[in-house]
Amino acid sequence: MSALCRDCLATFAAPPESGAPGRRCPACGGARVIAHPELAELSIAHIDCDAFYANVEKRERPELRDRPVIVGGGRRGVVAAACYVARLYGIHSAMPMFKALKACPDVVVIRPDMAKYQRIGQRIREMMRAATPLVEPLSIDEAFLDLTGTEALHGGPPARTLARLILRVEDELGLTASIGLSYNKFLAKVASELDKPRGFAVLGRADAPKFLEDQPVRIIWGVGKALERNLTRDGLRTLSDLRAREEADLVARYGAIGRRLSRFARGQDERRVEPDAPVKSISAETTFDEDIAAPEALLARLWPLCEKVAGRLKRAGLAGASITLKLKTSEFRLLTRARRLGAPTRLAEVLYRAAAPLLEREADGRRFRLIGIGAGDLTEGACADPPDLLNPERQHAARVEEAIDAVRAKLGEGAIAKGRSLEPLRKPAPAGGTKPRSQ
Amino acid sequence: MKLTIERAALLKTLAHVQSAVERRNTIPILSNVLIDVSDGNLALTATDMDLTIVDAVPVEMTEPGATTAPVHTLYDIVRKLPEGAQVEISTGGDGAQITIKAGRSVFTLATLPKEDFPSAGAADLPHTFTLQPGELRNLIDRTRFAISTEETRYYLNGIYLHAAKTDDLDVLRAVATDGHRLARFEMPLPDGASDMPGVIVPRKTVGELRKLVDETDQPVDVALSDTKIRFSFDSTVLSSKLIDGTFPDYQRVIPVGNDKIVKVNCRDFADAVDRVSTISSEKSRAVKLVIEDGSIRLSATSPENGTATEDVPISYAGPQIEIGFNSSYLLDIARQIEGESAEISLADSASPTVVRDLSDSSALYVLMPMRV
Repeated sequence: MSALCRDCLATFAAPPESGAPGRRCPACGGARVIAHPELAELSIAHIDCDAFYANVEKRERPELRDRPVIVGGGRRGVVAAACYVARLYGIHSAMPMFKALKACPDVVVIRPDMAKYQRIGQRIREMMRAATPLVEPLSIDEAFLDLTGTEALHGGPPARTLARLILRVEDELGLTASIGLSYNKFLAKVASELDKPRGFAVLGRADAPKFLEDQPVRIIWGVGKALERNLTRDGLRTLSDLRAREEADLVARYGAIGRRLSRFARGQDERRVEPDAPVKSISAETTFDEDIAAPEALLARLWPLCEKVAGRLKRAGLAGASITLKLKTSEFRLLTRARRLGAPTRLAEVLYRAAAPLLEREADGRRFRLIGIGAGDLTEGACADPPDLLNPERQHAARVEEAIDAVRAKLGEGAIAKGRSLEPLRKPAPAGGTKPRSQ
Repeated sequence: MKLTIERAALLKTLAHVQSAVERRNTIPILSNVLIDVSDGNLALTATDMDLTIVDAVPVEMTEPGATTAPVHTLYDIVRKLPEGAQVEISTGGDGAQITIKAGRSVFTLATLPKEDFPSAGAADLPHTFTLQPGELRNLIDRTRFAISTEETRYYLNGIYLHAAKTDDLDVLRAVATDGHRLARFEMPLPDGASDMPGVIVPRKTVGELRKLVDETDQPVDVALSDTKIRFSFDSTVLSSKLIDGTFPDYQRVIPVGNDKIVKVNCRDFADAVDRVSTISSEKSRAVKLVIEDGSIRLSATSPENGTATEDVPISYAGPQIEIGFNSSYLLDIARQIEGESAEISLADSASPTVVRDLSDSSALYVLMPMRV
């Protein structure tokens, strides 16, 4: 088999030069045919839902189907997702809201409903797990799948299993997704970007090296703006520039990522699809409606974020041994300040008390637009908040928090709160995104 | 400036000062060592602004003078020179370079003017006393393992040194704690220390001092104020800032009424803890102790590794107690007990436990149990 119809799932042989568009399925006559000489052999896939949040909203409100829709928070927030109509106006995710509104004043803005997206993301993940147990989620709507050895189980090659999975997502959830299929994670992820939306792109062992040659260095996962700038400065713009360098040289010059630069540039990636890739940090942040300079006001915003992170730690059975405070100034300068804790914690109170002095030091009159807090160096929850000789109050704080959690579980989130979340008087905070991050 | 010195002598004196200097420095002058030649002596000074080490060694001086050069580079060069080499150090005409010659090797390094080197300044250190090197080694060894690395409670990042009274006896006490364990060492109060303020000596200073004291058999002169401390012996002077903070009232957390007393052979107990902890999870290092008439049953379980148990004979008469500890904390303490037997006093499975060397009352350790 070297060709597959994505509509009727028929597989058939295709002559070598057949990837050309216009080719139709001999069984159903459909046009959505993928042909690739290695189609039957490749088994590592990356699946990414198309404009996930926005399409979930559109699905529920058919009248928005052809309108530009973005999901995002407040005037000051950023675009969490932009539908493909909105993207025609140049809107993209992570774009500040005001810029998006300027690019397209008619855009329909919808407040994110994270609980709903989580729920649907979970359903998609279950469908993926029905195809293979080796599912490594990257975010709520995106995952790597390793389908090696599933041919007998599903009665067909991985490509067909994937196409069927996507049809199922479309039928049952009314959402579309794009697939990248290759022989390792890096190339699968690259491939899934090639044919969006509702795409299916294949990179095989024979064509991937050639394809990578002219790709810019930023295609490599881990190359951000700063590293790209450094690489460009050193004359390394494309992956073939990287290939011309020895791995040892790249490591000497750029540190540990040099190894990845060298390997990925050659299309090599030995990372396995890890079904339970450990969470490295848990964080929460919020962007303010108006910039804030006053320390008390910043502290009042910090507290609910600490509670959020603590809640997530408790639910995940984890504890953090370090904290990171994140601040963004009104000039978009990002500051992070980290602290190691004496012992791992999952208490909002401990997170807050460690972060507050860091915040007070930075709150020197500068105006900030964003605040966030993360717990890092995660360990098992059983190690959390050990009794402390010098600080018996810590046990007390733990019991207070348990009591608060119990009240909330019974009567709802708003049933009880610490006084510090009320000061100073203000409007309710916009919903901040809480995101586990695997790095 | 020009001098000649035997490689081994130069290496030794460089080794004494170089570790005061941080490997990563944003201020260039702080990567440098002050090299001062006068009166037939070579004096090297290195500092990180908190800790300063000065070490002197006699040299064949041809020309006095002073400059500064990168200490780690200098140290690496001298280290690699052949044994027994005579090393000639000199500055060029304009003083911007220093030349190191030995045999057929020649190195030139860029210097920075000595005026840029931070001067320690004469400090007024009103309290002075003398410690024998063995006393100082003990004082450090018995306590430093319990020093905290926690950044929020910075005042725990050192050894708290102060004068106190035990049973009407004046003592010099050293205490360190990280909240999970506490170590207290005391010795008869040396002359001159009776009015000293309580001071917190930072971890790095403790570490450097410990290395230097290993090489001497001379008494160590200690001088301190409430902000600075200085240790002088042989030709070495180490001065350091103290941690500006209040050490917590540690006496409050040392239990006095623990009435369940276990006596155990320390070596056997430590070896058993070490063996059983092989199974403990990497993170928690937990071992469980079931204490009964005549024996402790040590055990560890981990979902990944399996289980381990070992019985250790003890002298104990009392109700059964189940208690958990971090095995590395137990081993840290056991390593400091030189006598044959240790005494473990417990109250219950959730309260601080006291460990002592039965043959040496100078040190006492408190250990917080963990949930197992």
